[in-house]
Amino acid sequence: MRVEVYEKLMAMQASRRSLLRGAASVAAIAAISPAMLAAMTPEAQAQAELRKAILQIPGVGKGSPTDADWQKVGDMCLGATKAAVKEGEFAGVELTFLGLNNQNLHNFLFRGFLKPWEAYTGAKINWIDLAQADYNARLQQSIATSTVDFDILEMGAPFEGDTAGKGLLDEMPDWVKTQIEMDDYVGYLQAPVGTWAGKTYRISIDGDCHTYAYRKDYFGEGSISGMANPPKTWEEVNAASKALIGKTDPLTGQPAHGFLDPLKGWGGFGFYFLEDRATAYAKHPDDPAWLFDADTMKPRVNNPAFVRAIQEVMDLIATPGAYPADQINADPGTTAFSQFLAGTGSMLTWWGDVGSSARTSDTSVVGDVTAFGILPGANQVYNSKTAAWEEKYNEAPNMAYIGWGVYVTSRVSGDEKKRKAAWSAAAHLGGKDISLWASAYPSGFQPYRKSNFDYAEWEAAGYDRAYVEDYLGSNADSYAHPNAAIEPRIPGIFQYYSVAEDELAKGYAGTYKTAQETADAIAAAWEKLTDQIGRDSQIALYKASLGM
Amino acid sequence: MTAPSVPIPLNYGETTPERQRLGGIITWGATAILAVLALIQTLYVAGFTETGFSNWRPVLYAYGAWGIALGAAQVVAHGEQGKRALFVLPAILFTVAMVIFPTLFGFYIALTDWNLASQDGMKFNGLDNFWQMLGDPFFWNAMLNMVFYVAMVLVEYVIAFGLALLLNAQIRARKFFRVAFLMPLMLSPVAVSWMVGKSMMEVRFGPISNFLKWLGVQNPSFFGDAWVAKFTIQAMDAWTFIPFIMIMLLAGLQALPKDVIEAAQVDGANKWQQFWGVVFPLMIPVSITAIVLRIIFKLKIADIIINVTSGGPGGATDSVTSFIFREYRDRSNVGYGTMLAMTYLVLIIVFITLLLKLVDRWRRSLT
Repeated sequence: MRVEVYEKLMAMQASRRSLLRGAASVAAIAAISPAMLAAMTPEAQAQAELRKAILQIPGVGKGSPTDADWQKVGDMCLGATKAAVKEGEFAGVELTFLGLNNQNLHNFLFRGFLKPWEAYTGAKINWIDLAQADYNARLQQSIATSTVDFDILEMGAPFEGDTAGKGLLDEMPDWVKTQIEMDDYVGYLQAPVGTWAGKTYRISIDGDCHTYAYRKDYFGEGSISGMANPPKTWEEVNAASKALIGKTDPLTGQPAHGFLDPLKGWGGFGFYFLEDRATAYAKHPDDPAWLFDADTMKPRVNNPAFVRAIQEVMDLIATPGAYPADQINADPGTTAFSQFLAGTGSMLTWWGDVGSSARTSDTSVVGDVTAFGILPGANQVYNSKTAAWEEKYNEAPNMAYIGWGVYVTSRVSGDEKKRKAAWSAAAHLGGKDISLWASAYPSGFQPYRKSNFDYAEWEAAGYDRAYVEDYLGSNADSYAHPNAAIEPRIPGIFQYYSVAEDELAKGYAGTYKTAQETADAIAAAWEKLTDQIGRDSQIALYKASLGM
Repeated sequence: MTAPSVPIPLNYGETTPERQRLGGIITWGATAILAVLALIQTLYVAGFTETGFSNWRPVLYAYGAWGIALGAAQVVAHGEQGKRALFVLPAILFTVAMVIFPTLFGFYIALTDWNLASQDGMKFNGLDNFWQMLGDPFFWNAMLNMVFYVAMVLVEYVIAFGLALLLNAQIRARKFFRVAFLMPLMLSPVAVSWMVGKSMMEVRFGPISNFLKWLGVQNPSFFGDAWVAKFTIQAMDAWTFIPFIMIMLLAGLQALPKDVIEAAQVDGANKWQQFWGVVFPLMIPVSITAIVLRIIFKLKIADIIINVTSGGPGGATDSVTSFIFREYRDRSNVGYGTMLAMTYLVLIIVFITLLLKLVDRWRRSLT
């Protein structure tokens, strides 16, 4: 769970009554399901008890966890390690772990989790802590200058192309797959994500996707939008944005606005938000590829689907009052935290944390009037293979960034003892039970397993069920969607996004006259980039990332 | 009457052909070791041989050892005179290692196609990056913006001169105003970006926006229009750096000879005549220094732009440095980014040199 989410949750609900309610729920669950409990195997019962117990460390509403808590959780979840590794088996082994130190989490958390693992196995871990801003440069420089000096790596899936694609990662042994129960991963994190050319490299510890947040008070009978239901397609979203021009926000008394497109770049991340608009048009259910043609790496960003998405934004820019003033200078951080949460605008796409912040942030005024869902769909979808539009309803949630994972580098491949130690450490961090704790407490990570969405466990731990269902439900629906648009994990993917942001900015500012011209400029820049990075290798890696 | 002074021969220590030969052997021996190690490593890295070091550190150590040997050889070969060289040699070797070599290496990188994500690594591509730069509309757009930003230095100079005259006059609370006017310079441009650009000018709740709304301006937007955004960025940068020009001019004003101004007053010159006929000409050397330094600062403008507009809207506020930043950080395009940086460095050197020459010629024409 993201820190801010936890803190706001606690501020909102950490009353004795809610804790008692949580305790009562535990009792109720235990009382009403004796048959279910009886049907459980002793192992399953033990695991259920363990999960219940770790969720009491330190206990919901009892302050942020400390290093002692992390160590305690790590120690309690050591069962899987003990089953696979003998005590002291890795004595003398030294491993180096490269990860982030954001908000004093990530590596700090890993240190605590792994301390009991080190004590049990006899291995020693050295740490390389990096700030988020330094991460990409450090990783890329290590790769480019052949100075990879770490054995275990915390990394986002978009960088798999830069690492797995260059043979820098070690293939996951089968015993690890069993230990971490990979079948429990939500659908989109299953292969091909985490795999390259059929080989598995990634232990997921996080999940990411964009969801749709909207204001309930803008829609419904007699609402200011005049729409009985919240928009379900982008066509309706755009219609709502135009219908709201000149209206007054029922909450703030300020001018009402519709969808909040971020029109300014955000270091490459801003392109995710054009993707949000485009995936419903561009991601055909029969075709895993949607940003490039898999056989040629020809960009699809200038096909009719993407051009339609860009055109929709341009149309709204050209419609006075459709966006708040100065929207051309609004990046995604602005649209989410300065606009939507502050009561400006009625629809937004973002990662999960804006959903929880809407309910819990001190600066949010929209907590009681915000609802969530998967990204809007479209009544037409473009089929790139037939180069024709198809008339059918289509949804394609954007799995933006995919989430963090733990990887083992090929530095250990030649030393079987070291290799086993590295994978054992990584598997400990990616364990099923530890993931529940990380989902429920500040960790920097989102839920990513099917078992993380067992709301009864959350309720038993002391969380408000309605809130958790609302907050997590839209994520769960996106994760499980059969037509999810998965980010291409090719080398330099953020370079593609960054250059696209620059060209989009010119299009939005009117430098390019049409959406097609803007999209063509992006496509030309992407072609140049593909040639520079290496077209043949990009094709091979793109196919590998799609599991083709 | 004193005896004529006879030059006393200074004893710099004995030096003999043997010592000179030994010094030469040390120098050439150390040079040979360094050259061989560098050659081995170069061939190994280039893939021509299979013998080499895992990194360049041994060559760096050899460079250090070569420097020590070079110093020792100077003493052995030239005695006391050689010892004199030891005062300068470390500084020269350090400059070579930390400035000259990286600059030359930078020029080499600029001639390569090196995207960190590329499967093939660095590839020499001659002047391709340069030709690409010449045809890059983002680069030319940024250069055009730089013309605007640099031209604005003259406006900043006029304002700074006015403030300097004010603070040089006998006004109340002069010391307080001197400190107060200097405060923007003490702020980091990043802080200015957030406090002013992202907060005070925020359309919805920013106090400056609210003030404009109070004056009747509907939806005041500081970064929505290309020219408004350009002037706003310029205003923020000027607010930060005008005190820098002002403090230099103030120092110049305080150093002016008072008798010249008093003479002008005695001759009946009014305030304007005193300023235009006496003060301003005397302030030209200080003014030129202040303006040139300010232009150099201005040519590096990036932080405010990166933080507030990311170069937008549509590249209207982009500077060459903020464009280079995007090429490096967001796109890992090291070869092209270095070509941009090196070309910009050369352009700055040429521009400043020409500027100084023109100013010098203009000053000589006045006298």
